[in-house]
Amino acid sequence: MGWGKLNRWLVWGEWRAYPLRALTAVLAIALGVALGFAIDLINSAAYNEFSAAARSLAGQADLEVRGTQPTFDERVYPMLATRAGVAQASPMLELEASVPGQTSALKIIGVDVLRAASMTPDLVGVAAADKPFDTLADDAIFLSPAAMAWLNTRVGQQIQLRAGSRVVSLRVAGGLVRARTGQRLGVMDIGAAQWRFNRVGQLSRVALKLTEGVNLLAFKQALANDLQGRLQVLQSADETSRSASLSRAYRVNLNVLALVALFTGAFLVFSTQALSVIRRRSQFALLRVMGVTRAQLLRQVALEGGLLGALGAALGIAGGYALAATALRFFGADLGGGYFPGVQPTLQFAPISAGVFFALGLAVALLGSAVPAWEAARAPAAQALKSGSEETALNRLATPWPALGLMAIGGVLTLAPPIGNLPIPGYIAVALLLIGGIALMPRLVGLVFQALQGVPTRRPLVMLVLSRLANAPGQAAIALGGVLASFSLMVAMAIMVASFRVSVDDWLAQVLPADVYIRSAASGNTAALALAEQAQIAGTPGIARVDFLRLSQLNLDPARPAVALIARNVDVSTAERVLPLVQAVAVPADRVPIWVSEAMVDLYGFTPGKTVRLPLVGQWRAVVVAGVWRDYARQFGAIQMRLGDYRRLTGDTAVNDAGLWLHAGTTPAQAIARLKALPFGAALEYAEPGEIRAVSLKIFDRSFAVTYLLEAVAIVIGLFGVAATFSAQILARAKAFGMLRHIGVTRRQVLAILAAEGGLLTLMGMAVGFVLGWVISLILVFVVNPQSFHWRMQLHVPWGLLATVAAALLLAAVLTALIAGRSALSGSVVRAVKEDW
Amino acid sequence: MRIVWLLCWLWASGAFAAAPVLTQVVPGQRLNFPADFGAHPDYRTEWWYATGWLTTPDNKPLGFQVTFFRVTTASDSANTSHFAPRQLIIAHAALSDPALGHLQHDQKSARAGFGLAYANVGNTDVKLDRWTLKRGADGVYQTRIRGREFSFDLRLTPSQPPMLQGDHGYSRKGPEPGQASYYYSEPQLRVSGTVTRNGKPVTVSGSAWLDHEWSTRYMDARAVGWDWVGANLADGGALMAFQMRRADGSPLWAHASLRDAHGKTTEFDGAAVQFKPRRYWRSPRTGARYPVAMELRTGSLVWRLMPLQDDQELDSRLSTGAVYWEGATTLTRDGQPAGRGYLELTGYAGAMKL
Repeated sequence: MGWGKLNRWLVWGEWRAYPLRALTAVLAIALGVALGFAIDLINSAAYNEFSAAARSLAGQADLEVRGTQPTFDERVYPMLATRAGVAQASPMLELEASVPGQTSALKIIGVDVLRAASMTPDLVGVAAADKPFDTLADDAIFLSPAAMAWLNTRVGQQIQLRAGSRVVSLRVAGGLVRARTGQRLGVMDIGAAQWRFNRVGQLSRVALKLTEGVNLLAFKQALANDLQGRLQVLQSADETSRSASLSRAYRVNLNVLALVALFTGAFLVFSTQALSVIRRRSQFALLRVMGVTRAQLLRQVALEGGLLGALGAALGIAGGYALAATALRFFGADLGGGYFPGVQPTLQFAPISAGVFFALGLAVALLGSAVPAWEAARAPAAQALKSGSEETALNRLATPWPALGLMAIGGVLTLAPPIGNLPIPGYIAVALLLIGGIALMPRLVGLVFQALQGVPTRRPLVMLVLSRLANAPGQAAIALGGVLASFSLMVAMAIMVASFRVSVDDWLAQVLPADVYIRSAASGNTAALALAEQAQIAGTPGIARVDFLRLSQLNLDPARPAVALIARNVDVSTAERVLPLVQAVAVPADRVPIWVSEAMVDLYGFTPGKTVRLPLVGQWRAVVVAGVWRDYARQFGAIQMRLGDYRRLTGDTAVNDAGLWLHAGTTPAQAIARLKALPFGAALEYAEPGEIRAVSLKIFDRSFAVTYLLEAVAIVIGLFGVAATFSAQILARAKAFGMLRHIGVTRRQVLAILAAEGGLLTLMGMAVGFVLGWVISLILVFVVNPQSFHWRMQLHVPWGLLATVAAALLLAAVLTALIAGRSALSGSVVRAVKEDW
Repeated sequence: MRIVWLLCWLWASGAFAAAPVLTQVVPGQRLNFPADFGAHPDYRTEWWYATGWLTTPDNKPLGFQVTFFRVTTASDSANTSHFAPRQLIIAHAALSDPALGHLQHDQKSARAGFGLAYANVGNTDVKLDRWTLKRGADGVYQTRIRGREFSFDLRLTPSQPPMLQGDHGYSRKGPEPGQASYYYSEPQLRVSGTVTRNGKPVTVSGSAWLDHEWSTRYMDARAVGWDWVGANLADGGALMAFQMRRADGSPLWAHASLRDAHGKTTEFDGAAVQFKPRRYWRSPRTGARYPVAMELRTGSLVWRLMPLQDDQELDSRLSTGAVYWEGATTLTRDGQPAGRGYLELTGYAGAMKL
């Protein structure tokens, strides 16, 4: 018989004998690979679509000049257009038009069609044949198919959009045929857009096409120098990287969760292979005696693991694709994260990423087989041939030092700074803690159950259970590993999410002190309240005090997403009343104070007391950081300044939002009714703090939906592991059970032993898992989250949830043990012991 | 005579709420120079149209054409934006080189504003990005064109006073009195300058003809196009003739002026002006059939028009939206060379129907 044939025979024989175990390992790998691949596919689909949309908006332009705020003075345009080296300049005004009755805004680009036609042909509306000049008309708008569908309109009809506190009606003059599927976009004449939306004199960007032969980078550098940061010069690649950085931390976190699933898969392969090797010790020893070399044996076990891995990885790639398609359909491109609005990506198979995830699945499986393979090859044949030597095989695992070493390294890594703005060391620390914890299990199990054995008991069955657990800790620990891994991750995630949610909830209560909030519109930047309207609101009977708020955007770094600039009434001495301050310093009265969110400190180094410069309306303004506040709403940073300072520096007197404090005796409903009676009142949005809080928490939960899903998957994989290991062990111990039946132990009692064993082991796993999970949650809460999202939170342990999951897991483990036991005991008692001649 | 009426017609179709009120062309109003060299934004359309024959250093003929159009749109006058498209500036430029076999042409359009595109009042001063046409205080025109395939810088120096067309500059275009323009020409301009093709500048000289015409209501609804010719005669005279055609090709309105070298002008009306096609050329691109060789009768005078090359079709669908034939043409009388000018044939391509 050739070795190749023997190979096949050994693998096939093993799998045919224990199909469930092989299947579980395959499924675990498949799940991990599928999750990872699906997340990667979805992200790259969303990202590609987003960049394609950005490219389509940028068109043939070489460079783009943008302001630090959403708009800048249009007088820059002729300067750019006549600059040496510029062949063409196309001015644009970008608006996020608030749509009455809609929660999201319509992106409108005002273009000079005569300038845009050659540079950004995608932004040229298709006018009706008899009205070719609608592209210049001041009452017309061209809508992408997705925008038409969204607004339920068609060519020839009117649409209503908010401008200030009024409504502007525009005629849908035609379509944008080159808009991407799902892209909601409107295009109109730039003059009309300026006029209709109160943006006369303002532009959002100027696209530049350079004369042939002009050095792009040199030109960009020279122009950027001349503009002195008051305006930003971007290449279309910059835009793409900006959109990439928008969601990067979120994507990496999802991928890490997928890797966790894969890691659990690796552990399952390990437990499958380890137990299979242990069980076949005598078989392998026999082969060795028959002349099979150690290397051949090593290869044999590795091959088995590799086959499981390859099968699982292949299944995972197929499953991942299906999963991605489903998720895109039901959750949208950002998986609920809200990073890619208005994008409808199409899924494309990614061969490279598929290769990477396949390799990862395979590598993980090989890794899982490495220790058992080495052990199988190393075991002295004579000793291994004897029955009952299984436990010696796992002695090696009982050495605690490597595990403790890994955990120590993990501990040190939590102190490391992020790499490339990503909390890579933190994730590695989590992985090392997990591996260390699992590796430490045999030792822990042995210690604990040996100690329990010392407790005097007169019940033989209890003694039997405890001595079994105390004396075969290696096998017990392997069964435990799955529970430990999944439970500790579950605990960590649950604590992290709960901490986050509770912190957000507390924070919401702190940032929503007013009785009623009004907004000019649910979204978009075209709706606003002018001074006269503000006065009318403040003068409404029953309103004691109004805190007006101006929200706009500020671009401080071309490569990063914009930060929010919030102007409102803040009293320097009592800033903590309106801001959730975490740090404050005194600022001289003659300086302009700003209060920055924690992200500003991390990303831009805006530390308290520091004098920084902000580009406002084309000028650099020196301001002093008076404090740092917590902001869970904007991970890219936010700056608050006093409304008076903002108005003085920018000349912008409009506001978006207001918080109202009512006189005693006036109910919110009465106040809202009076405000609605104002001439512009009906168009505003009203909310009480409770509603805003509820909506915010709903959004929070939605953005963690995927996290919950992955968590559930990790637990299911863990349970798979428990089931597989238990049944394997019980089958392996069929001889022992047969013996027990012979000496008068009833079938029921054997099952009770199994249930007790399973229950105790799971309990033990959960206890250790809880400790490990708690430590990991500390890393997630205090290292990973601040480093990825730049916000900090208090720790909060969701005891109820953890107890529920623990009870469910315990029940599942006991049930699994019982089911496995029933099938193991179904055979004849005689046959079970016969093998042991 | 020019193409821009297409624009105006469409423009009036009511896309705007409060369109500005435009001035009408009326007879009996005398042109007032130098102010009338400049733009007239109160009229719907206006153009400065220079065409001419150049001679290259190797003694080859080269036709050129530069046109700047100004259109007052029906843009809402309440629109306070500087981008409000109140005036559009459109420019065409072409070179006709028989060695190439077809026209080289380029076009641009922009809304007036920001100093990037304008048609100033007071004197001829039109600009569209880097394309300019400007008349100096000495009466000399400078034009500069930077096209994709060619560039040129030309100096057009008048050798004669302006030639007022029609009735002292009031030029009827149709049966109704309002269908008219103010129209003068500057014939016999001496040209010098450089033409650059393939990066190689070449010194050129020659003679040119400049038309300046503005109106609010130009064409009768029954007219589908026109034939126009303007030529510098070898003896120092100048000839301008046009006819508006109906769909069946019959003339709806025609007029011609002949000014001799001494400045004496003869006007020809109606049946005294006759265009007779002698040879057609079919465009391989648009399929349009143009009468590129014509016989023109003005009173008792018979002129034969022969194109410098057949393919002088200009496809301006990207700017004015029209396809027409605009070509360097030689004139003979009684078999003798009589002059050189430009012939314009519009309304022959199907695309003219918008």
